[in-house]
Parts: sequence; C-alpha cells; structure tokens
Amino acid sequence: MTKSNLQKVLESGIFAVTGELGPPKSAEREKVEHHAKILKGYVDAVNLTDNQTAIVRASSIACGKIILDLGVEPNIQITCRDRNRIGIQSDVLGAVALGIKNILCIQGDHASFGNEPQAKNVNDLDSINLISTLKKMRDEQELLGGDKLEAPIDIFIGAVANPFADPFEYRAYRLAKKVAAGADFIQTQAIYDMERFERWMEKVRELGLHKKVPILAGIIPLKSVGAARYMQKNVAGMIVPDHIIDRLKAAEDKKAEGVNIAVEMIKHLQTIEGVAGVHIMAVAWEEIVPEIVKRAGLYPRPKFD
Amino acid sequence: MIVGERKPLAEILKAIEPYKKVLILGCGECVTVCMAGGDKEARETALALSIARRKAGNPLEVKSHTVERQCEFEYLESARQMVEEADVVVSLACGVGVQTMNMHYEDKQTLPGLNTTFMGMPVESGVWMENCLGCGSCVLEETMGICPIARCSKSMLNGPCGGSQDGKCEVSKDIDCAWHLIVERMMKFNKLEQLQEVKPPKDWTPSHHGGPRKMIREDVKL
Repeated sequence: MTKSNLQKVLESGIFAVTGELGPPKSAEREKVEHHAKILKGYVDAVNLTDNQTAIVRASSIACGKIILDLGVEPNIQITCRDRNRIGIQSDVLGAVALGIKNILCIQGDHASFGNEPQAKNVNDLDSINLISTLKKMRDEQELLGGDKLEAPIDIFIGAVANPFADPFEYRAYRLAKKVAAGADFIQTQAIYDMERFERWMEKVRELGLHKKVPILAGIIPLKSVGAARYMQKNVAGMIVPDHIIDRLKAAEDKKAEGVNIAVEMIKHLQTIEGVAGVHIMAVAWEEIVPEIVKRAGLYPRPKFD
Repeated sequence: MIVGERKPLAEILKAIEPYKKVLILGCGECVTVCMAGGDKEARETALALSIARRKAGNPLEVKSHTVERQCEFEYLESARQMVEEADVVVSLACGVGVQTMNMHYEDKQTLPGLNTTFMGMPVESGVWMENCLGCGSCVLEETMGICPIARCSKSMLNGPCGGSQDGKCEVSKDIDCAWHLIVERMMKFNKLEQLQEVKPPKDWTPSHHGGPRKMIREDVKL
C-alpha cells in the first residue's frame, strides 16, 4: 500500500500545508495547469473542489488527474449532492485507478445556491455515510451493498469540520462522529473568528480527537473589503468578525493587509495544540500562496521518496 | 394532511381552452381544510373561470360540485351525472384525487386544478409546513419527533451540515434547521449522547426511490 504525500507529511508530524484549486467553468486544461504550477512545491496537496457552491465546473477527478500529471498531489472533493452511492463508489474507483489517493468527503452546498437551481439534490448518503462508505471500500474491500471489490484500494480519507456553524456546542461532537466513521484527516472551514476556533479546539482536545486525527485549519486570504463583506453576509456557515473588516478598511493596501492577516493567523495556528496544518483556500488568488507559505515560515515543504 | 395550492387561474384557463362545458370538482377532505380545493374554492374557481371566458368572448358553461373524498372510488358516484354532462373535469383535489377520477371515469378526462405541495400541517393561520416525505421507514423515535428526511434540506441522517447558522438552514432564513432543532431537543431531554451513534446510510427502498409503492394487507383484503 502506498501512502499519499499528504499522509506522509501528517504522519511525520511536520506542520502540513494544503492548497485549493477551483476547476474552471470550461474545459481549459491549461487553466488548471497554470494554477497547479503556481502551487507546486508550496503545498503538500491541492484540493480540487467538486462543483463548489453548486456551480457547474470541470470535474474534480478529471482536474485531479491533470495536476497529478504535473507532479502536484490532488485531494479531490466529493459531495453527496450530485451522485448516489452507485455514482460515488464508481467515481472513487475511477479516481484511484487514475492515481488519486486523497479524497475529501463533503455534504455539498444545496443546489439552490448554484447555476442549476432547478436540479434535484441527490443526498442519497450524507457526508458521514460517505466517510464510512470509503472506509468500508478500503478496509473491507467491500462496496456499501456488500459486494466484494476485486482488488484492494488505497485511499486517505478526509472530512471537513465547520466550527463556525451552529449549534456550536454540538460541533466538536459531530467531528467525533466523523472520526468514528473513519476520517483520516480533517480540513476546517476558513477561520476569521480565532476566538471561536480556539474554543472549538478546546472541546476537540477535551474529547481527545486531536490525537486521533490531524486537523488542518482553513485560511482564506482576503483580497478586499468587499470580499470580506460578501463572506460575512452571503456564505453559509462562515463568520467574519467586524474587527477583520475594520482592519482591512483602515489599511492603505488592502491586499497586503489581507496577506498580513493570513500570515499572522497561520503563525498563531501553529501554536495551538492539535492543529496539524493549514489549508489555504486562495481560489482565484492562487499566486499569493507562495508568499503566504514563505512568510509563515512553512517553506520549503518536506520531500519524501 | 395533504396540502395543496390552487393553480393560477391563467393556467387553468389555458388547460380548458378547447372545452365549452366544465365541471370544477372539489374535495371535502385535506384540501378543504387547507382552503385550496373545498366547496368554497370550487364555487369561486367556477365563477372566476366563467367571468374570464365571458370577457374573452368564449362563454363557458361551468358547474361546481364537491365530493366528500375524491381519493376513493365510492365517493365519486355522487358526481356521475355532472361528470357525464361535462366536456372535461377540473379537479381541485390533490394528485391522488385527480388520478382516482381518471381511473373511475376513464372515458372522461380530469385535469388538475391544484398543485399538490406536500404532507404537512398548519402551524399558524395561513401557514403550512411540510413535515413528512412518506419515506416508508420512520426514524422519528431517533430524532426526538423532528423528521430529518422531510425537514432537513439535505435529508441528512447525521446532521447538521456546515451550513446551519443561528438555527436556520443555509437554503433560506425562513427555514428552521431541523438538525438544530433535534440537537436542542436532545439537550432538553438530556439525551445528546444518542447523537454520538453514526447512523448508517438510509435504505431508500421502502420510499418512492424503490419504485411506485403498493401496500397489501391480507387481514383486511376481501
């Protein structure tokens, strides 16, 4: 069984860095390659979003293969919104056949957000069911329905956690369910409310979850006051405190201040017990990632043979 | 109850355009209670259609009648004469009633005058909410009497998702997050530990996803 690079980094105890790439609303391979080249060497794996916010885009698996060919490790996202268990398990087998090892299990934003609002939301499985399905495929060589796989598969199973969604008191317990279902690593929603994130981590440590699963804290560098306001008001399950917006407003160079905030947060996250890495989601601002990673003292990235 | 909403008059007018004699058939059950397709609505619809057609210079002979329960054959007989006299019937019952009519009077076409919206209940005057999808395997005992299949926008068995904020669903501030309500009610009854259990994927075969359903009870079958 061969491990993914991300798994090796996390097992080594080195503070991990993952990036994110939003597939294009087209079939332009070169766009995917362009962004992957920017991230190459600065992150341990790159998430490929799966029709994020229910907007139709190129397939996460296809784009995962494109970046894999460039020597960048993909972490493909799979949502429960668009496929039932037949489609999902088939796609997992296809992805693994293409050399993809990291798979992130997501529920998926409701279709009403996207550009096909009349679509039927599938949700045959929920995100926790998806985790346990992948675990069963890997550990028991069995499909959900009990049929045997003809050969084993090797996958590193990711899950997401959102400390900023409600009810807050339940969020760490829900993470525990994801761990119990079989998650190997966790990536969180983007953090702007550090105080709330730390309260969540406290509960995570109390439940001993940080010892069972590495947690990568989410970061989205802010480009403008408008972007911050948009996330504050329109993005489901996000909290952007006013002090962050005020700080950007006061700054002469908004982008530079956005980077400063991201770097400060990453440095702080490295001091929190149980945070095993950061997940930098600079979608449509990929070129800023090298600077952030360097300034946060996380460059160069480890290499394994 | 089954909740419905009368189709816009323009849509009904378009559907009955080729016909001269129309029967508007109400139902005395659920759609009467939700004020969408009872006797009052049948009379009002008939009158509105009649006026609209007269204005359009294409007068319509329209009658209205209401049966006690449109979803059972035996209650449909009271309408026989009027059905036979009409060119077409517009039913203000739910989709079940419309189909029962088409099955019972197979030589006559019955058109839907209502959009059947959901199975639900009135929560206040003029407000109805959906709370059952008829999925065929009830989990309400596990979720403190709040249905995650009907009331969670993603029908999650292990919710809430990451889009739940301030007790509201990511889809709309007008929708309560069912899982938020479940967690709160679990806490109230000091049963939150029950939510630690990972619920397995749902078996959808007892639901419509397993194909159209039929129930046979040998004990009451003649």
